[in-house]
Amino acid sequence: MLDVNDLRASAGDKEILRGISLTVKKGEVHAIMGPNGSGKSTLAQVLAGHPAYQVTGGQVRFEGQDLLDMEPEERAQAGVFLAFQYPVEIPGVTNAYFLRAAYNALRKAKGLDEVDPMDFLDVLEDRLKVVEWGPEIMSRAVNAGFSGGEKKRNEILQLAVLEPKLAILDETDSGLDIDALRIVAKGVNRLRSPDRSFIVVTHYQRLLNHIVPDVVHVLVNGRIVKSGGKELALELEARGYDRVEEVAGVA
Amino acid sequence: MTETYVRQFEVFAGNGGSEGPAWLPGVRRAAIERFAAVGFPTSRDEEWRFTPVAPIARAEFRPALPGTVTREALAPFLFGHAEWPQLVFVNGKYAPELSVVPALPFGVKLGNLASALRRDGALLERHLTRHARPETTPFAALNTAFMRDGALVYVPPGTVLDDPIHLLFVTSPDAGGSVAYPRNLVIVERGARASVVESYVTLAEGASYFTNAVTEVVSGEDAWTEHTRIQRESERAYHMGFTHVDQARGSHYRSFTLAMGGAIARHNLHVRLNAPGIETLMYGLYLARGEQVVDNHTAIYHDQPNCNSWEVYKGVLSDRARAVFNGKVFVKPEAQKTDAKQTNRNLLLSPTAKVDTKPQLEIFADDVKCTHGATVGFLDPLSLFYLRSRGIPPETAQRVLTYAFAAEVVDEVALAPVREELTRLVLGRLGYTG
Repeated sequence: MLDVNDLRASAGDKEILRGISLTVKKGEVHAIMGPNGSGKSTLAQVLAGHPAYQVTGGQVRFEGQDLLDMEPEERAQAGVFLAFQYPVEIPGVTNAYFLRAAYNALRKAKGLDEVDPMDFLDVLEDRLKVVEWGPEIMSRAVNAGFSGGEKKRNEILQLAVLEPKLAILDETDSGLDIDALRIVAKGVNRLRSPDRSFIVVTHYQRLLNHIVPDVVHVLVNGRIVKSGGKELALELEARGYDRVEEVAGVA
Repeated sequence: MTETYVRQFEVFAGNGGSEGPAWLPGVRRAAIERFAAVGFPTSRDEEWRFTPVAPIARAEFRPALPGTVTREALAPFLFGHAEWPQLVFVNGKYAPELSVVPALPFGVKLGNLASALRRDGALLERHLTRHARPETTPFAALNTAFMRDGALVYVPPGTVLDDPIHLLFVTSPDAGGSVAYPRNLVIVERGARASVVESYVTLAEGASYFTNAVTEVVSGEDAWTEHTRIQRESERAYHMGFTHVDQARGSHYRSFTLAMGGAIARHNLHVRLNAPGIETLMYGLYLARGEQVVDNHTAIYHDQPNCNSWEVYKGVLSDRARAVFNGKVFVKPEAQKTDAKQTNRNLLLSPTAKVDTKPQLEIFADDVKCTHGATVGFLDPLSLFYLRSRGIPPETAQRVLTYAFAAEVVDEVALAPVREELTRLVLGRLGYTG
């Protein structure tokens, strides 16, 4: 599904990703862990086409296509979804309008007819259950005045509505209390399927108690220094990132 | 130039301009003398520095003639509520056959100024030109000299009007080259409640003409007044508007101003808070494209203590359009506990669009809360990325975010049908179809 090969990226003059290689197969859940500043959020954002970063080397193939050659909307239309670490507030646009616009943009790209607001309500009803929300959230402006937890839930709601092939969760657990974390994790688990892959970027192991990964990668200083099974996350929790850096021999 | 209008006045004075109550000709004469003395403003006048009115002065418009407009042609301007009380003016002249004046609560007066000058001379003498002073701007002087018609809305004490009153000023297709001087007086007495919509629209799309309008609003003690002003003239026309509001103790006045027409368009909104306990809300939206120049000058006079004013004006500018915003807040020494907040935000959709924004706070009381802020910027790249990351193409993302920017003020319009129509207008302007 996703093949990242020696990916390098910078923000301005600063190189952040220094040669990342990673293969995610269909249906797999990969966790990317690492200390602050290791580049894990940058990796998530670069895959979605964030304009703040310049790709300076490497290739990314998604379902056989050259992902780096695609505009952000084309990546979304191809089935890539990024749940933002800091979801953007858009006062003046309701959640309902925003979600339908996105849903229809994806349908249009597939050559399907757009759905009208009434039919879209049917689509929504079911998806709202994923994040345990009622319909009243739909008339609120996108993320405007939302609590940290509500913003993250809203990202998962978008994920549920847009049904991507690859969902990248960028520190979706940060700033969540335990109840919000449970709801978000439960939502993600409901959306797991043999056809959908996940990349879960997180600083802490606790999210991975709820969303159990197939593969864990440790990112330090712009490189993957270690990969392993879900046990690796527990090991990191017990020993801290410093030890891994030592083991991997990077400063 | 200036002399053209002085000459036109002499003709007018001998032919209709001397009609009406005895006090009026002197008022007109004083106004034209004032105009003759100051002339059209130039860029050397601080108040007009960024607003080039030379094209208006050069054009030498002739007085507007009556025009013919059908009821059908007005349909797009009626907010889907043809049954609302409405006074229609064609080229500045009252058109009773197009107007709707239903039975209204006892004592309510809804009619045109020309008739009122014949019947209600005493009421008019107390108010007309007493609020919007001719010396405020040269255009106000010109309007006062030449005013003949417009709306009179009088809501007696304690009376609540359910439906909004619509004052519709339309320019007929053949009115190119002419000037109209609408003059309105809205009086909402003690404890009364009314909503007035004032629209300037055109059936002369593409024509160059001039509307020079003045509206006086008197909001009595504890009165509640909502005032919506919509300016959608031809994009080749000129529009100068001046609204002066006088508020009495405990009154609530809220205005929403939309400006989207005119080659050069300006609106001065001045509100005087004459007593304690007043609340004033002023929302504005201006949309300019091409070479349009749109100017909003607002002035809030906090003369008395314990009053609140809240002002938000927003602009969206594309192409080579220019906007001017000047927001004055005057707080007198006795106006303690004033709470005044002013915001002006501008969104540039093109690097060649330009905004001159100037908050001007003059505060002479020490126990007050006064804030102001002005921003000029492009669409937030992060917000654009957020939408695009959901599959929304960049052109759509830009429109959605631009509309969202404008919606923050449009959503403040309390009247749902007007709000919905404004939403449609704004969306249409931003290129949405359907």
